[in-house]
Amino acid sequence: MSIAVSTPAAPRAWTLRIRNAGFVFGVVICGVVMFAALFGNALIPHDPFTQNLNNRLAPPFWMDGTQSAHLLGTDQLGRDYLARLVYGARISLLIGLTTMIVSGLIGTTIGTMGGYFGGIVDDIVLFLITCRLSIPVVLVALAVVGLLGSSLTLVISTLGLLLWDRFAVVARSTTMQVRSLDYVSAAVCAGSSTPRLLFREILPNIAPHLAVVATLEIALAILLEAALSFLGLGVPQPLPSWGLMIAEGKDYMFFSPWVIMIPGVTLFMFVMGVNFVGDGLRSLLGAEQPR
Amino acid sequence: MVRFILRRAALGLLVALTVMTLAFMLTRLSGDLAISIAGPNASQTDIEIIRKAYGLDRPVIVQFLSWIGRAMVGDLGESFFFKDKVTNLIAARMPITMTLGLIGLGLALMISIPLGTLAALRESTWIDRAVTIVTMIGQAMPSFWFGLILMITFGLTLGWLPISGTGSWQHFVMPGVVLALTATPALTRLTRSGMIEAISSDYIRTARAKGLSRASIVFKHALRNAAIPVVSIAAVQLGFMLGGSIVVETVFALHGVGFLGWESITKNDFPVVQGVVLVFAVIYVGLTMLADIFNALLDPRIRST
Repeated sequence: MSIAVSTPAAPRAWTLRIRNAGFVFGVVICGVVMFAALFGNALIPHDPFTQNLNNRLAPPFWMDGTQSAHLLGTDQLGRDYLARLVYGARISLLIGLTTMIVSGLIGTTIGTMGGYFGGIVDDIVLFLITCRLSIPVVLVALAVVGLLGSSLTLVISTLGLLLWDRFAVVARSTTMQVRSLDYVSAAVCAGSSTPRLLFREILPNIAPHLAVVATLEIALAILLEAALSFLGLGVPQPLPSWGLMIAEGKDYMFFSPWVIMIPGVTLFMFVMGVNFVGDGLRSLLGAEQPR
Repeated sequence: MVRFILRRAALGLLVALTVMTLAFMLTRLSGDLAISIAGPNASQTDIEIIRKAYGLDRPVIVQFLSWIGRAMVGDLGESFFFKDKVTNLIAARMPITMTLGLIGLGLALMISIPLGTLAALRESTWIDRAVTIVTMIGQAMPSFWFGLILMITFGLTLGWLPISGTGSWQHFVMPGVVLALTATPALTRLTRSGMIEAISSDYIRTARAKGLSRASIVFKHALRNAAIPVVSIAAVQLGFMLGGSIVVETVFALHGVGFLGWESITKNDFPVVQGVVLVFAVIYVGLTMLADIFNALLDPRIRST
């Protein structure tokens, strides 16, 4: 696997402008979600867990019969939908970031080792990546949570242990490329130790590529958590994960489609925002996708 | 070439063995399986009976070796819940999952090859950018949610397609579309980069210099070369899609292997869970091996590495 070195045709000014618009769009969405996660529940007068069985499935503001107290309506147990949605941002963000850190540490370590030392170490690294790729992620994650019981920590650690493959692939190929560059040879000649070479010369130079992978992994982890929670083996009730909100709304979706539209659109927009940030980072940092 | 295939097969076997070990360890995570099988109301003697009946009183290493040994000859044990052989259960449901996977892959290729080609031919224009944005939308779409929206739209509002079940070909349309969505973004990007590389290569310049028509250059020369990596990645994607079918099959209640896996997880039926993980992993290993051999056949340079 090597890095494509083809020089793309010079993008015209206004395609760059579209790309920048995408980046700004992504940053704004991520900013809104972060704000909601940090301060949302302090600003909303309702508690995301308080039930009111006399006021179930109240419609959101754009529909008839809406209640001004509940802007996005209430769910099947009469809990305020906006409060739950905002609390869900916390869960998605937490899972996305921590999974990215865990898988990033594992993948970067493995990949850099393989790319730097080469030879038998690299053979082992390639073997590990191949094994990891042949494991069906959703199935195994579901099985772990199913056997050990659902909890937030378990979901995070399972996803973190499963999603390091892309970090490893990219760290490996970029390290290989950087290692053959002149300034690394110069550092070797100057007598730099291996740790110094790895941390001072290699890592800073592969970091932009890893930053792009990090955004992709955050997006993937958030989608996977939603899927696991949707299948009932992710974040435990009554925590309002967006995937769990969609699962709970599923029974009512034919009569009140908004119960799955609100969390679904939020999830979709957030993941797209993260992807746009990654796409913008890629062009800003000059880190075109290897492969 | 024979040496290449043999080496590739040995690697595949090694990967399969490692995944088997992981699948075995996975089901032992919960500690005492006999207690979880027996359920919360079982007495101590019930648990002991179950432990004996399923051979769980033997040392773990003996259980592991006997499972591996029997799996090698195609025996994956017996399901606790269905009271049937795991291999029978998986074989009965495999046609549904395979049909779904092939429909999904076919649809994904039908969308991604034209889109990727178009983006490559109009590189760095608004068309290229639009294709990129479409792939990003596809990538961000949660597949289970997309499935539910299709259900509401085409199942309920328009009434064109059945909402769930397995009765006829119509039952596979929506699940196939959802599964295709998961593979389309990657395949589109790959077609695009392959085509860009092909277009800027020397043989295309020669073809152009010879005065061939643009259509002939694109379809006869460039696309054929760009298709090679796409075909091999398509095999890999099929492996991912089969593994990911668990979500789609559960949403649409299609009783395939993925659904079986989900059912067994919720019922603590560990021989089936082990079996399904193993079967999906082996299919993936087999598909990637075929793709590698196919690539080596087409491109002799790969064989020497």
